[in-house]
This record gives sequence, structure tokens and C-alpha cells, in this order.
Amino acid sequence: MKRFWIAFFLFIAAAALLPAVVTSSFWLDFLTLTLFLALLGQGWNILGGYGGQFSFGHAIFFGTGAYIQVILQSKFGISAWTAIPFSVLGGIIIGLFTGFLSFRYGLRGSYFALITLAFAEAFRILATSAKVVTNGGQGIYISLNREPAATLSRLQFNSVEGYYYTALILTAVSILLAFWIENSRFGAQLMAVRDDEDAAEALGINAFRTKMTAIGLSGAVTALGGVFYVQKFLLMDPSIAYGPTKSIEMLIVPIIGGLGTIFGPLVGSIFLHGLGEASKIVTSGLIGDRPGLDLILYGVALVLILALLPNGLIGLMKGEWRRPGGKKAKQQTPEAGRDA
Amino acid sequence: MLDVRNLTRRFGGLTAVSDASLRVEAGEIVALIGPNGAGKTTLFAMIGGFLAPNEGTVSFCDQEITGLKPHKICQAGLVRTFQIVKPFAKMTVRENIAVGAHTRIKARRAALERAEAVARQVGMEPMLDQQASTLTVAGRKRLELARALATEPRLLLLDEVMAGLNASEIAEIVPVIRKIRDSGVTILLIEHVMQAVMSLSDRIYVLNNGGMIAEGTAGEIASNPNVIEAYLGHGAQERLAQAGTDA
Repeated sequence: MKRFWIAFFLFIAAAALLPAVVTSSFWLDFLTLTLFLALLGQGWNILGGYGGQFSFGHAIFFGTGAYIQVILQSKFGISAWTAIPFSVLGGIIIGLFTGFLSFRYGLRGSYFALITLAFAEAFRILATSAKVVTNGGQGIYISLNREPAATLSRLQFNSVEGYYYTALILTAVSILLAFWIENSRFGAQLMAVRDDEDAAEALGINAFRTKMTAIGLSGAVTALGGVFYVQKFLLMDPSIAYGPTKSIEMLIVPIIGGLGTIFGPLVGSIFLHGLGEASKIVTSGLIGDRPGLDLILYGVALVLILALLPNGLIGLMKGEWRRPGGKKAKQQTPEAGRDA
Repeated sequence: MLDVRNLTRRFGGLTAVSDASLRVEAGEIVALIGPNGAGKTTLFAMIGGFLAPNEGTVSFCDQEITGLKPHKICQAGLVRTFQIVKPFAKMTVRENIAVGAHTRIKARRAALERAEAVARQVGMEPMLDQQASTLTVAGRKRLELARALATEPRLLLLDEVMAGLNASEIAEIVPVIRKIRDSGVTILLIEHVMQAVMSLSDRIYVLNNGGMIAEGTAGEIASNPNVIEAYLGHGAQERLAQAGTDA
């Protein structure tokens, strides 16, 4: 517990001071998006990491939060601040709706993954056809107003720093939420359901309600990510909102960083974004501009991590890795004799 | 305390349990024995709410609990362990037991303290900070017991907690179970380890081919001709008697 607070304050202090060192707006923007992805990853981690329910369509929460935020402002003239609770509530409601349909009928594992994927696709098509509300495929915009006086009321910042610090605050809150989960009754019950649902039920845990709470929380955090995206880019269209790209980014970040760990999504996001940029720099520096080569490098690194690090980068810090093709070299969770 | 009446469960054409009844009074240790495939675990699953019976009722403390969800039954004070152990693999022993404790305790710290106390009660104190997945079979069986106990049950259903243990491990766990009963928890157990069954139980029920064939004290059961037939095959009783007179 003490170690968490030390790590947390070190992270906040370092991140708060970074803009003093990083003056290039390109790199500050890069860091902002890294924090933003860490926020989305934490949203996924609550349900996928702590709850063991692997969603392949988490964009449904991101997109819904984002769409509500943008529509309330541009079509109804509601202020950005007033829109936020509605957007988050939208994420929760969609979470409970998909959760109810999936968990009520006992969908687990790959079936749950498939149904979330299908839900996100259905919403993408819905957003494309419901032109009256969403403007369909051409997207919907918030009018740009970067008057310094309007910064706080319209939540549009003049500087990259404004967005950077907003992203930092949101990520910090999501980390605190994960910390609470690890140290609460709800979290203990959620992880019990993840590890063995029957055993959890036998010990008095209402598995259905626990999973519903998790998907609601997860939807709220992810929708908040959508709100941030809209306030930063001022636009939303069906494929950004509900396309598979966001869903996959969201799940890959905590998996790389460490499933069901407090800092996993943050570490995963830093690594993933860092790796993307690094492979671009390396390939263009060494052999000139060859489009696509950086993606190959990026892909190889991802495969290696998934193959060798069963508990992600956070696991690697604790010395858990797997020898290629062989037995697990050093791991805290040997599976041998599991059901003896 | 527990009143099981005429439970029947069919899987397609197979009747796993048919018309089985049993009673457990407060403060008893009652054993349920029977050959492999007799339907003991199915009967447990129906009592614990994991399987709905086709016919019959289960009452616990004068309340009918037939068809309730397992977590409701646990909250009412009836908890079961699993024959195939189900540890929460990614948690430590302490965290595993605390999950059980959380059924009655909201605060995390209090639940962890209660977990420690329960671990002491079942002799798992040295393993508290070990990952559950690194436990031996004996350790996992004991963890099942500890977790169930942490929910503060009035009735504990133990499904073969001694299977797979060696003689000295069994000798260790028998007094633990007796101590649990002495602390005021009633126990119904399925067991194949006869020496333990005989020394622990006040009464024994015998299930064979899904039906209850005998009920009585350890001595009565050991000499019951139906039971001997069920375990040793048709005609065994006569052959035994024959062998006795020949000798």
C-alpha cells in the first residue's frame, strides 16, 4: 500500500514537471495521447483485467460517451461541463445494457468477446444511418472557440499543455480507481469471479451483480475517455467512435502492461506509443523512408511481448517471464497439477 | 437443521439421484458415503443450489431453499466445498480466505484479519502469503475448507476434503474438522476415506445408484448387508458369511 502511494506520487510529480522539459508541442501532444490511451486502457482493465471478461468492443463505451458529448453541445447548445455527466451516464447505461444481455445468459470467454464486438459494429452502423442525430459518415463537429476567456467554460484549450494536464488528471483518477478496486470488498469479489465463478458463487458472491458493477464502472471510465477525445479534437464520426481500432488499442495496452494491475495500462500505453515512435525513427534513420517498415518492427515487438511475458511488463519487473518454446522460466503461477 | 426430502435429478435418461432424503441435526457430523458414481456430488450440488432438482425439496433451518442461487444459500449460512478444488489461483492464501470472510464483513482490513484467524484455525498460518496456485493438493483442500469456514456458516458441506491426501495429512485434518464442529458448525461430509468417516461421524447415510440404501451409526452401517453388497458386489454378503463359517 505504501509502495503504491510512493509510485503514484512519483508518477504525478514527474508527469507534472515534464512540460517544463518537453517544449516541443509535437512531443507534448504525443505524451497527451499516451496518457489518454492509458485512461482508456484502465477502463478496459477494470472489466477485462480485474473481472476476466475480455471485451473486443470497448469502443462502444468510448464512442457513446464521445457522441453524447459532441451532440449535446453542437445540436442542443448545452455547455461542455453540463454534457459530461450525461456522457458518463451514457457509458454506464450502455455498459449495463450489454452486460445484462451477455451475463444474464452466462456468456463467458470468447462468446463474450464476440458479442461485444458485434455490439460495437451494430452501433457503428447505427451511428452511420442515424444521420439526423450524428450527421452520419461525414461526422459531427463542435465549433472551435479558442478565446482565452472561453477556455474553462467551453473546455477548449489554447495550448497543448491544457490538454496534457487534463489527460494527466483523468489518468490519475483512473489509477486511483484501480487502487480502490484492489483494496476493496468489491475488487476482491470481482477477482474471485474472474478466477473461478462457481467457487465465488459458493462463497456468497452474487457473480452477476459483481460483473454488472464492473461493466458499469468500466463503461463510465471509457466514456470519460470519449469526452476527452471530443474536447481535444472537436469531432466525432462513426468509425472513430465505434470502429475496431479503438477497441483493440484499449485491450492491447493493459495486456502488454499487465492485466489486472494498477499501473499496467499506463506502462503499456507508454511502451506501445514509445515503440511506435521509436520504430519510425529507427527505420527512417537507418534505411531512409520506407513506409510500413516501422509497422513490421512494431508487430514483431508486440508478438515477442505476448509470447514471452505472461504477466506483461509489470510482471517482467517482478521477474516473471517465459523461456521461448520451453517451460515457464520463472513464474509465480505454475499451472502444474492445477486440478489434481 | 437440514432437511432434504425426496430429491430426484435426471440427466436425460440417466437418473443420477432418485428420491433421496436425509436429515442433519444441529451439532452433528453426518457422513454421506457410497461407491463411485452413486450420485453423492450431484446431491451436494442440489443442496448448494448449483443444480435444480427435478423433484423434491431442500429446507435449511426451517426455510425452503430449493432453487435458490448458490450465493443466497451461502448467505443463509450453508456453504459447500468442491471435490475438484477451485482456488482463486492469482491470489494469495490470505486473499483467498478473505473472499469468504467478505460475505459477512465489508471492510477489507477486518476481512484480512478474519482470514488470518481462520488460517490459524485450520493450520494454514505458514502459507498465508503464498500464491494459491503454488499450494500442494493437501494445501488446496485445506484452502477450500478455510475459505468456506470464513463465510461463518452454520452448516458446512465438505465434498471429499481428504481425497488425494496421504495418511499423515489425513491424520492432521481429522482433528481440524472435529474442532470446527466443536466450535458450533454442523457438518455434512462426503468421504471415501473410511477410517476418517468411522471416527468422525455421528451418523452415516449410504447412497447407491442414486438411492439412499442405509442410514445409521458407524457400527450399524459396517454390518448392514445392503451396504456390503453395494461396495463388494452382488452376493458378497453370502460369500463373506460362507467364508466365516468355513474358517
